[in-house]
Amino acid sequence: MNAFTLADCTTVDGALSQLKDGAVVKAGGVDLLDRMKNGTTQPEKLVNIRNISALRGIEETDKGLKIGALATLTEISEHPVIRKQYQILSDACGSAATPHIRNMATVGGNLLQPVQCWYYRSAEFQCLRKGKDFCFAFNGLNQYHAIMDYGTCPAVAPSSSAVALLGLNAAVELVSAKRGKRLVAIKDLYVHPDANPTKFTVIEPDELLTGVMIPKPAPGTRSAYQKYGEKDSFDWAVADAGIVLEMDGNTCRRAVVTMGAASPVVRRSPQAEAELTGKPITEAAARAAGKAAMQGATPLSMNAYKVDMFPVAIYRTVLLAAGQMDRDPRAAG
Amino acid sequence: MNPLLSDLTLEGALPQAEEKKPDSTPKKTVQMPIGVPGYTLHEEPREVPETEPPVWPVNKDLKYVGQSVERWDGPAKVSGRAKYTADVQLPGMLYAKFANASVPHARVVSVDTSAAERYPGVKAVHVITHVIGGAVLRDPSLEQVKYPVVRYAGQPIAAVAATTPYAAEEAAALIKIDYEKLPFVVDMDKAREENSPLVFPGAADQAGSAGGGGGPRNVSQTGNVHGPAIKKEGDIEQGLKQADVVVEGRYITQVQTHSALETHGVVADWKPEMLTVWASTQGTASVREEFAAFFNIPASQVRVITEFMGGGFGAKFGAGNHGVVAAALSKKTGAPVRLMLDREEEHLSVGNRPSSDQMLRIGAKKDGEITGIHLVSYGTAGCGTGAGCSGPASNLYKYTALHTEENDVFINAGPGAAMRAPGHPQGAWALEQTIDELAVKLEMDPIDLREKTDPHPVRRVERQIVRESDLWKSRNPKAGADTGPVKRGVGLAQSVWYRFVSGNSNAEVRVHKDGSIEVLSAVQDIGSGIKTVFAQIIAEQFGVPPAQVAIKIGDTNYPQGPNSGGSVTTLSITPVVRDAAWQASQKFLADIAPAYGASAGDLVLVDGEVRSKSGKMKPVSFKRAAAKMTTDQITVQAKRVPDYDRNKYLTYGGVDVAEVKVDTELGRIQVTRVLSVHDCGRPMNPSLVKSQINGGIIQGISYTLYENRLLDPNYGLMVNPNLDMYKIAGSREVPEIDVRLVESYIGQSSTDASGIGEAAGVVSIGAAIGNAVYNAIGVRVRRMPMTPSVVLAALRRPRPEMELA
Repeated sequence: MNAFTLADCTTVDGALSQLKDGAVVKAGGVDLLDRMKNGTTQPEKLVNIRNISALRGIEETDKGLKIGALATLTEISEHPVIRKQYQILSDACGSAATPHIRNMATVGGNLLQPVQCWYYRSAEFQCLRKGKDFCFAFNGLNQYHAIMDYGTCPAVAPSSSAVALLGLNAAVELVSAKRGKRLVAIKDLYVHPDANPTKFTVIEPDELLTGVMIPKPAPGTRSAYQKYGEKDSFDWAVADAGIVLEMDGNTCRRAVVTMGAASPVVRRSPQAEAELTGKPITEAAARAAGKAAMQGATPLSMNAYKVDMFPVAIYRTVLLAAGQMDRDPRAAG
Repeated sequence: MNPLLSDLTLEGALPQAEEKKPDSTPKKTVQMPIGVPGYTLHEEPREVPETEPPVWPVNKDLKYVGQSVERWDGPAKVSGRAKYTADVQLPGMLYAKFANASVPHARVVSVDTSAAERYPGVKAVHVITHVIGGAVLRDPSLEQVKYPVVRYAGQPIAAVAATTPYAAEEAAALIKIDYEKLPFVVDMDKAREENSPLVFPGAADQAGSAGGGGGPRNVSQTGNVHGPAIKKEGDIEQGLKQADVVVEGRYITQVQTHSALETHGVVADWKPEMLTVWASTQGTASVREEFAAFFNIPASQVRVITEFMGGGFGAKFGAGNHGVVAAALSKKTGAPVRLMLDREEEHLSVGNRPSSDQMLRIGAKKDGEITGIHLVSYGTAGCGTGAGCSGPASNLYKYTALHTEENDVFINAGPGAAMRAPGHPQGAWALEQTIDELAVKLEMDPIDLREKTDPHPVRRVERQIVRESDLWKSRNPKAGADTGPVKRGVGLAQSVWYRFVSGNSNAEVRVHKDGSIEVLSAVQDIGSGIKTVFAQIIAEQFGVPPAQVAIKIGDTNYPQGPNSGGSVTTLSITPVVRDAAWQASQKFLADIAPAYGASAGDLVLVDGEVRSKSGKMKPVSFKRAAAKMTTDQITVQAKRVPDYDRNKYLTYGGVDVAEVKVDTELGRIQVTRVLSVHDCGRPMNPSLVKSQINGGIIQGISYTLYENRLLDPNYGLMVNPNLDMYKIAGSREVPEIDVRLVESYIGQSSTDASGIGEAAGVVSIGAAIGNAVYNAIGVRVRRMPMTPSVVLAALRRPRPEMELA
């Protein structure tokens, strides 16, 4: 880890005034400290926002939910309203990493962590996403990498909460000292490597993520998220699925199917959604959705098995959301 | 002699058959319990030295020994009072950090340390000229180099000592190493090819450590292939011809790293009169020896201290590069130096369990009699050797003919080291699955087949316990019978390990006038709980509570103890402590008898009291009696008396049963229950033994399903040198583990203990899981780790029995 200075802030304005000259925001410090220890991030200055009480808390409004950037994954997963009305988010936050990490990790940090790839996360490999012109994964070890829509970089989206928040049509609030506030939908938050390999999100260096806004679910909404790793405890998703079903009785009025570990940016699957929309939820429909989600999959040399695992994650989570199947006790978390 | 014994080079650990000097010690004949209580218990005579203490009865008739006495140092460990190596703080102590090779194979042209030396806080820089670990060229003149050739990425090149760990880290990064890169190979299959880059320019050998490992020396080397080391008994082709059924399979296991919770490290304090080293080691003796040899100083001027340690598993025997570099930096600076490795260095440079690629053929008659076992194995221990894995094939079953060929394949990766039952988890993975496959072909029950061909009397008892267990009874003999995507299966496998005794086992018992008692030995507690066992032995002899006994170990200032490798510790050192305790108690009674007008022969120590056999004297507490001692301290040192019956070749082991659930849609395997039936002579403390077995089972599950050292084939670097992507079983991967200890008396020493560390589940659980997976899905998975990728591929094979996943 390199030497750095630390600016400890207690207000948003104070933090914003520090966000210049390559300063990096530290909230829970979970992913950031890992990257600093392995040398892939070497900031000269850290802006500690962990003590800004205004960024804490989960608030129910008439429009939906406002979650402070510093809300921990544990707080979100255990929040009674979220457990009841936003099950997909409770599931996703409750299945990230380990209980200890979830107690420290914030939703803001979880959303903004860079992609998961052992080449990217090693100081030894100067890859495309570090501004060089080469990806080591295509001809290297790629068993955990993306299977679709990866373009020039098959690193996978790391954030479980993003998979859920994409499904819930959520947005993040970004604030800068110069330009004030803006809302960015989760679907627009992430930058595909083909658009800009060194920029993972649209957040600017002088911006702070202050909160997450989630619209109120439509009547009849049921949702769920499940993640499978190789292990049950402390593992990254190999296949994961976020499902939101807006039901009229047993008929699905609208379906959202999201995935994280399939591609560099969290994605919806319109093909899978089409298999569910306007239909009763049955095992056959759920399996068809899982299969459809893999249309266009182009697995790498070592990860074809993920193309088999995603449809299972999807069909089981569709049935879980619909109340037709129990939660898989072996899903991670 | 059993073929295996020549393979294991345990320094000071003498296999029974080698000790056949004429013995003039005065002897007495005693009756000893032999066998398994409830099954085969009986008495046999043994001729033992006259000075040996009375024979202990079986555990149920002892008060402290054989009972689950709580860990003597448990409160210190859980409260944080226990000081591990990294906790040692000395005045003026410096912190050292390595600069490691960033390339897998290179000559080092120059090392520029000037920038590092100028960095604020840096006190000294050391450039390594002799690297420890890995194989060494038979003809060193083949390499004329100033600095050691880099043979793996992560090999230490130099180190910095500074006033803070941060300064040391930043300065180490400033060391400029100029390489002349050489072609490299990190894939074992590629390394076997004719035109592969060579890891060594000629034949090279690796010595074993005090914990075993290393490879055979007198073998040929072709390219990167060191071997074969061949063992032959009978004619294998004839043997296989006589068979009614031959089963054959290719089995593959990956490289596993030791991944002890505590990394390797030392605090070295070089003073003109004495080098003191606090080391995380499983061998204070072997570490002292290596420091003395490396620096050419007398052993008497090296002191090694290991009060507590956080795991070794076979990789922590020598001084290591970290040790000698810390000592060199301490010598240069005149200050104590701490050098603890980080997790990445731990994965890369200080040992691993070699991989294996085994072709195994077994032939048998219709009734199960094995006519031939033919094993050809390749494995890589990186730039070291020690990938042999024929132990189980050679030592578990009766056979007419045996032929094994073991090959080490050099690759540009960190050297292997002894790791918990070297070679055995790999060998059992293939052997025990093949035996199960044989049972399927012969339409025999897997236990019946083993009854036929495994004569070990204790495993017979263990198999009976398994056969009568609910878990085994719940097994559906028909493979793949469950409907639905999640299928349940049950399988078993057997393990074997060997009795090695370390003659370098010494201890001292001191009885003080105030009634306090202490035990001193340099033996270290690798974590299995030998301190507690010492306290139990003293308690049994003197009747004082174990918690009140002072246990002072892990310091070479005390009498030399055994190195903790090969499961030697408990069986080697506990008879010494008992002998010393017994002799001290006899001296004590003789000393205090006159004060009570008694004769020493009439006095006994029972339940903390001195009592008179004849009733002439009223019982008096040990503490009050001690006040009558004529000197302040009674001291007895004892050494290891050789095993009583040295003609016996003794092995021990166990039978492990795994229940799995296989999610056939996802290819995920969950181990849900384990039944672990094991023997280790007299269990000195059942709860400590069970802890070791629990640990072995969990470590074995982790190896079988998750762990994998992954090297990028194009750049030769490890991509998962952490505990995030190097996947280790977590709490949710731990099944319900039911350990049944089988007391097995063998009449070999005054405690009659054996060891458990190696045999403790880690050998057999992998194959038990493999057999359970076959039972669940009807498909044999022959590759470790059994990840979803491997399992789904196996399920998709058109003729699953014939191919490798």
